[in-house]
Amino acid sequence: MKARQRRLVFVGLAILGIGTASALALSALKSNISYFFSPSQVMAKEAPRDHVFRLGGLVTEGSVARQTDGLEVSFDVTDNAETVKVIYSGILPDLFSEGTGIVAKGRLGSDGVFYAEEVLAKHDTEYVPPEVASTLKTAHAEGAAEPLATQVSEASD
Amino acid sequence: MVPELGHLALLLALVLTLVQAVVPLTGSFTGDRAWMALARPLAWGQLTLLGVAFLALLQAFLTDDFSVIYVATNSNSLMPTIYKVSAIWGAHEGSLLLWTLMLAAWGAAVAAFSPNLPLGMIARVISVQAMVAIGFLLFMILTSNPFDRIFPAPAEGRDLNPLLQDPGLAIHPPMLYMGYVGFSVAFAFAIAALIGGKLDSAWARWSRPWTTGAWVFLTIGIALGSWWAYYELGWGGWWFWDPVENASFMPWLAGTALMHSLAVTEKRAAFKSWTVLLAISAFSLSLLGTFLVRSGVLTSVHAFATDPARGAFILLFLCIVIGGSLALYAWRAPGISSGGRFDPVSRESFLLANNLLLATLTLLVLFGTLAPLVYDAAGWGKISVGFPWFNKMFIALSPLLVLAMGIGPVAHWKHDESRRLIRSLWLAGALGLLAFLFASLPGLSARELSVGVGLGMTAWLIATHLISLAGRLKHRRGLSGLLADLRGGNRSYYGMWLAHLGVAVFIVGVVMVSNHGTETDIRLSPGGSHESAGYRFEFNGVQAIPGPNYNAFRGEFLVYRDEREITRLYPEKRHYFSGGMPMTEAAIDAGLLRDIYISLGEPIGEQGDWALRIYYKPYVRWIWLGCILMALGGILAMTDRRYRVVKVTAQAPSAAAAAPL
Repeated sequence: MKARQRRLVFVGLAILGIGTASALALSALKSNISYFFSPSQVMAKEAPRDHVFRLGGLVTEGSVARQTDGLEVSFDVTDNAETVKVIYSGILPDLFSEGTGIVAKGRLGSDGVFYAEEVLAKHDTEYVPPEVASTLKTAHAEGAAEPLATQVSEASD
Repeated sequence: MVPELGHLALLLALVLTLVQAVVPLTGSFTGDRAWMALARPLAWGQLTLLGVAFLALLQAFLTDDFSVIYVATNSNSLMPTIYKVSAIWGAHEGSLLLWTLMLAAWGAAVAAFSPNLPLGMIARVISVQAMVAIGFLLFMILTSNPFDRIFPAPAEGRDLNPLLQDPGLAIHPPMLYMGYVGFSVAFAFAIAALIGGKLDSAWARWSRPWTTGAWVFLTIGIALGSWWAYYELGWGGWWFWDPVENASFMPWLAGTALMHSLAVTEKRAAFKSWTVLLAISAFSLSLLGTFLVRSGVLTSVHAFATDPARGAFILLFLCIVIGGSLALYAWRAPGISSGGRFDPVSRESFLLANNLLLATLTLLVLFGTLAPLVYDAAGWGKISVGFPWFNKMFIALSPLLVLAMGIGPVAHWKHDESRRLIRSLWLAGALGLLAFLFASLPGLSARELSVGVGLGMTAWLIATHLISLAGRLKHRRGLSGLLADLRGGNRSYYGMWLAHLGVAVFIVGVVMVSNHGTETDIRLSPGGSHESAGYRFEFNGVQAIPGPNYNAFRGEFLVYRDEREITRLYPEKRHYFSGGMPMTEAAIDAGLLRDIYISLGEPIGEQGDWALRIYYKPYVRWIWLGCILMALGGILAMTDRRYRVVKVTAQAPSAAAAAPL
């Protein structure tokens, strides 16, 4: 009987521990998640003003401008419907280029400019982040889902 | 012709696995020894057929046979031979073939290295493995055949993703897969034991070396991946809490819990149901990892081209495996005896704490990884869980884990006195506290505090393990006893010791590099210099340098410390001919106590200026050194002679395992 009681205490403690852990985990999660918004949503004022979020889309051709001194760079991100200006200071990832899909993490300034802390482009030239792909307006999204065979023949051209 | 031969070998392998899944298992129920005895030759046959398929694909790569779509998309005639070989597992179809080949290899290894296992057990284990193999072979043949042809054949291949053209990444996937697939053995043993309805310490002893083996591979695989990400991605990070990394980390955590739980099951016949559940979880998480990586359901920096239809197949397979094994478990679990009793203060209790904490961490990682999927499915928006959350969770729980890790090896099985434990461990506790105070007092800022906690944990771990070792050697005539133990008889203790030491080393690396590392983004003109972390960097400009299948810009940096030149670094920016994809090749001056790391960003302006990133990474090597020690510990434990000799007590389960239901 005694052993059984001890075991019950053990199980109780375990449940208590896991309960506390999950409560803490959930509360910590709230302050650590960042939502994804497309330029259209940002323009429609759906994105938060005071919280970090992620903005994704294609970099508009001809919009990338470097400061003459220092590391600041600005570019436009579009979902083919709306466009948001992004300012970032630092080194852009290798696969960042005009026309490619990117995801930037940062805050929206009161001037309507998105100040990015982090800019992500993907490893694979063929790859478009799924979130970006799903928010793009038609024309470009089809390009992302090109069948393999055409890619091969393109590459061999 | 050769690719068709490979395809044929795959089809034959499928037929063979169907036989393998049914015949030995049926034999184990009817008691037909001839049917059971088929298990071993069938396992060898499967390995041979898949070996043929693998060699066929290898041949297609080596001969630049671009009429095979998979070769055309992942290889190029200019590529060095070693990368033509590693390109086999550079993408989905080939990795799947490698996965299946390894599954067959583990099966054949069980057949070869378990001469003492009862025939009924072998038959069941190999049949269960065949059931897993059926799933993967069907998957490969139906959705991702690596031997598919294209007509007309392109004249040149598309090249392997340049990021993958690297020695570290050439061996990272095979190691990782060996680990993933290796857990299938622990899984098969657990399922075989459940089918037989007999879970005992013999079952745990058989399954321990295999589980440890899989864990060693997984540890090495994860460490290699982290090392690769560190030097190849050019971001200087060693872990990103990326879904794909988490996918390999979850089976590792579950596998670590499983190893410890198996120890209790073997020594004390306790924790049986829990051990079975962990064996099922470790393998299911490996499958889940494959699903997450291959389906593209999660946004990941590692997401190479993916395909949702394949994801659906793996998801279905995952449901069958998890659902089926849990159903079997639910049916059999009530019959499992609760096993050896133990007191609240005993080694079992500390191992239980270890298991609960590891299981909690696994669930947290799983939760954080899947949360974006749940949010999206529920229509709460598209989210990502940032790495600070994962860090917080691990910072909160690892001190507890380390505390239990220090006490566990010193505590007695079944029953111990808290007073005795305090008497033998107070010194270690004091040393840990001292290290904590020493490291955190000067500033008492949050940063110093976390360094203090980390170094305190390290001191505690090292001290407790030295105490445990000293206690052991006192009973074993000192050094000569140690040598005798190492020669064969008792390696598993030293394996544990070394692996735990690895954790201590790992903690030092993580804590130091996270708190004292620096990162500077800067713009430099040729001839300019920059000072950071006590080093002065002189930039001598960038030159164009041709490579075998790329063109590179190479920068030259002179690194000074106290006006003395210590090294020259040459980071590169490469542009590969095919695809035109640029890539940063960082330059690293590696050292035991610190790394200096420079990567080229991009050229700015007309004067030859470049955007650069300079890192100072103290103790970063200790992270991988710790992993190496853990893996070595695992190898040492695995080779313990105890697992190879038959014990007289093993005869009872063998009779039971062969008996019909």
